[in-house]
Amino acid sequence: MRPINQVKMEFDSRSANEGFARAAAACFAAQLDPTLEELGDVKTAVSEAVTNVIVHAYPDAIGRVLLRLRLFEDNTVEITVRDWGVGIPDLEKAREPMFTTGGADRSGMGFTIMESFMDAMRVRSAVGKGTTVTMRKKISVRVGRP
Amino acid sequence: MPMTCTAKNRELTVRLSGEIDHHAARQLMLELDREIESRFPRRLVLDLAQLTFMDSSGIAVLLRTCRRMQEVRGTMQVVNVPRQPAKVIRAANLHKVLSVSFLP
Ligand SMILES: Nc1ncnc2c1ncn2[C@@H]1O[C@H](COP(=O)(O)OP(=O)(O)OP(=O)(O)O)[C@@H](O)[C@H]1O
Ligand SMILES: [Mg+2]
Repeated sequence: MRPINQVKMEFDSRSANEGFARAAAACFAAQLDPTLEELGDVKTAVSEAVTNVIVHAYPDAIGRVLLRLRLFEDNTVEITVRDWGVGIPDLEKAREPMFTTGGADRSGMGFTIMESFMDAMRVRSAVGKGTTVTMRKKISVRVGRP
Repeated sequence: MPMTCTAKNRELTVRLSGEIDHHAARQLMLELDREIESRFPRRLVLDLAQLTFMDSSGIAVLLRTCRRMQEVRGTMQVVNVPRQPAKVIRAANLHKVLSVSFLP
């Protein structure tokens, strides 16, 4: 399936960019005429993925974050967040609820939230090379809309 | 993020507005700690009615604030939780370990 529209943006892994990333994603997804709840889900998922890059992928440095947003004909939005940071040694464990390497500041719920707020999530990672999180959500087509 | 506090008879009400993400969480936690340490409230009411966004960074803030309140032998209630933060709280099962009430 080929996307009908896409944007790519790259930004520094600074926490000030978390708000920018989720607002940009919500703005782009607005083309599919989502409900407020669907828009909230997209914002939350993007915020989780981007925060993970800032907190975990580049723990003591500022690195690059790539955010790619794509729309498909079947009203699906796809979000990809990529980093070139430390990587995840055990993906299965990382995706478990409450698993965290972040100490008291974190709750280990990011992946669980991404998975439950989106329809599908795929994570690929290599230690020392980086991590790519891809998520998809089908936006409902509402009655009375073209 | 904007926060207003009102205290009466050792009951402290904190109203949060705006967005709780990792960017905002550190400062918010410092300010909540400071309020608790200076007033030693018996009851802390966190009013989230004006909160427009919260992600998992907010979960850690709520859990830590609850623990701080227990340390000073007080209780914490989270009230008026709007839709998006409510979904995050429910996904994390936080309503099972904290006292939380949701906006309709
Ligand atoms: N982009 C990443 N690079 C390196 N490690 C990551 C990345 N994303 C997640 N991780 C690892 O996976 C763990 C689980 O991530 P998850 O988002 O579920 O929880 P958390 O970030 O620790 O806590 P929370 O999201 O609740 O604040 C993290 O603690 C970290 O060890
Ligand atoms: Mg996380």
